[in-house]
Amino acid sequence: MTEMDADSLRQALFAALRPIAPEATPEEVRGDLPLRDQIDLDSMDFLHFVLALHERLGIDIPESDYPHLTTIEAIVAYLQQRQRGTVPPPAA
Amino acid sequence: MNVAAVRPAVIAKTPADQRVVPNLRDAERRSFSWPAMRAELDGLPGGGINIAWETVERHARGARRERVALRWLGRTGGRRDITYAELSRASNRFANALRGLGIGKGDRVFVLSERVPELYFTALGTLKNGSVLSPLFSAFGPEPIRTRLTLGDAKVLVTTEGLYRKKVASIAAGVPTLQHVVLIGTGQGTGAIEGTLGFDALLAGAGEEFEIERTVEEDPALLHFTSGTTGTPKGALHVHGAALMHYMTGKYALDLHAEDVFWCTADPGWVTGTSYGIIAPLLHGVTSIIDEADFDAQRWYEILATQAVSVWYTAPTAIRMLMKAGVELARARRYPALRFIASVGEPLNPEAVWWGQEAFGMPIHDNWWQTETGGIMIANTPDMDIKPGSMGRPLPGVQACIVHRDAAGGIAVVDESNVEGELALKAGWPSMFRGYLHQEERYRKCFLGDLYLTGDLAKRDRDGYYWFVGRADDVIKSAGHLIGPFEVESALMEHPAVAEAGVIGKPDPVSGETVKAFVSLHAGHEPSEELKLTLLGFARKRLGAAVAPKEIDFLATLPRTRSGKIMRRLLKARELGLPEGDTSTLEASA
Repeated sequence: MTEMDADSLRQALFAALRPIAPEATPEEVRGDLPLRDQIDLDSMDFLHFVLALHERLGIDIPESDYPHLTTIEAIVAYLQQRQRGTVPPPAA
Repeated sequence: MNVAAVRPAVIAKTPADQRVVPNLRDAERRSFSWPAMRAELDGLPGGGINIAWETVERHARGARRERVALRWLGRTGGRRDITYAELSRASNRFANALRGLGIGKGDRVFVLSERVPELYFTALGTLKNGSVLSPLFSAFGPEPIRTRLTLGDAKVLVTTEGLYRKKVASIAAGVPTLQHVVLIGTGQGTGAIEGTLGFDALLAGAGEEFEIERTVEEDPALLHFTSGTTGTPKGALHVHGAALMHYMTGKYALDLHAEDVFWCTADPGWVTGTSYGIIAPLLHGVTSIIDEADFDAQRWYEILATQAVSVWYTAPTAIRMLMKAGVELARARRYPALRFIASVGEPLNPEAVWWGQEAFGMPIHDNWWQTETGGIMIANTPDMDIKPGSMGRPLPGVQACIVHRDAAGGIAVVDESNVEGELALKAGWPSMFRGYLHQEERYRKCFLGDLYLTGDLAKRDRDGYYWFVGRADDVIKSAGHLIGPFEVESALMEHPAVAEAGVIGKPDPVSGETVKAFVSLHAGHEPSEELKLTLLGFARKRLGAAVAPKEIDFLATLPRTRSGKIMRRLLKARELGLPEGDTSTLEASA
């Protein structure tokens, strides 16, 4: 699979989020603040979001990596690392 | 291989399963009396009872004063230990601040906050002041918040700056009784937002000594909102005397012992998070863990292990999410301190009970109660054999039965075992709700004779174990929370494209039920994926993720009875592909 750049990943991320929380548009959500501070995502919403990311991108996101999925930019950075096959260090 | 098939129907307990002697055994069941239980509480010096005295002051003035009462774990790391002595001082300051604002006995103080220490200072300070605490869930949207503040005649709202901007600013002016908004986390500065007060600044000017308001058993302490099928949410009022039930259930249903580290994962925005996330552990003088973060499987295992949690009270939805993450993640750590796990919110499926054995080497103990009961009523306790799937047996001092309603409006108690009917409770336990605020008629309708009718359908087996069957009404039970379909329908109807809305609970393997809405559109609007998402976003912005539908479908018209009521049961039957039942009252065109 060809590697996606950050912009494409960002687009895919919002596309995955849309059916779950359509109010979370790129205009509404800042990339540098925790996603769940800005929009209401309950635990089920969040799990569905991660599942949708996996389905859309074909990238495995193990449960143990969920602490990486905080801001839009952090998720993009994480997905880039996963694409390259590197496993990010555990979140602090 | 069907694993369930080889599992016995009963998990029998032996003395080897008990790491400590359970507080509740046959002897205690036989000798139980409320007066004896009451003697284990202090009462206020000079008479009366106040939850804040029993939870905080009596420990802060005694041998446990330097014991950690609350251990707060920050979302991004960091930890804060708050001793009973410190909790006493901080809640005294908040109580003084309230008094300084002219807020007194019986006035209602609302709190809408993430799980931060100030939330707990607010709760306990409010009780000290004799004011009534009403916690709201921070995942509510502006509409549910406005509705509840208004119904509860809120005088004070304590919230955070972020939540205020997102959810309160747009509706605060519409709550006529609201006098003060206090913002947590704005530092010492005041006026972060015009017209609001800063929590820290307010407390900085307040003294650390406070004489608790002289409340008695029947004085209101807590106001918890719950949902019915129709109409507005219902504000269930609880009194200071409820502390007795919180104490008894902490002792017997959760088996709290003096040295326990207890973790209730429920948010104080719901009744479980108040009764058992704040009150019950403090009544017993144990250390209570508060995690600011949202659910995260890895994080939760880490907390259980590193904080040496000994008693853990959680919910079926969370357990099923942990199950999804795989038992290996659980087994990657050791939990030598953990000795008792309980669950509440909706029935715990047998697989989840057994999963506890696999993951932690002990079953998970389901129990049952509701907002109206104020505390646990029916439970699987440590000394009991467990029948996975059953909510257990009534606790001491609790009398339950199954009833059938008859056509004349009366009820008959069902004596036979294994017969489905409505679960009813003999009225009069200490934490029984004392009213639905401003809705006396709705309150009265919950009682017949000396019984409180729960609205839950259940059956009792020949060993006296109760089994949940379903709700007797259309209320949706999602992730342990009751959601009123009417509240969701009303929000959807505010969208100009929507002509009618009908909302049901759709069975979901993880959360029990999810909210699904059916809508019909006004002329000039066409069903489309785009409109579906627009409506979903519209509902989520108004209602918040906790209440908004997860799924929306279009229908040309919604089925209605001849009297015009939307037939949610028919929508649900169709959704599930079930027989549609008696449709004789259905409108011809539907």
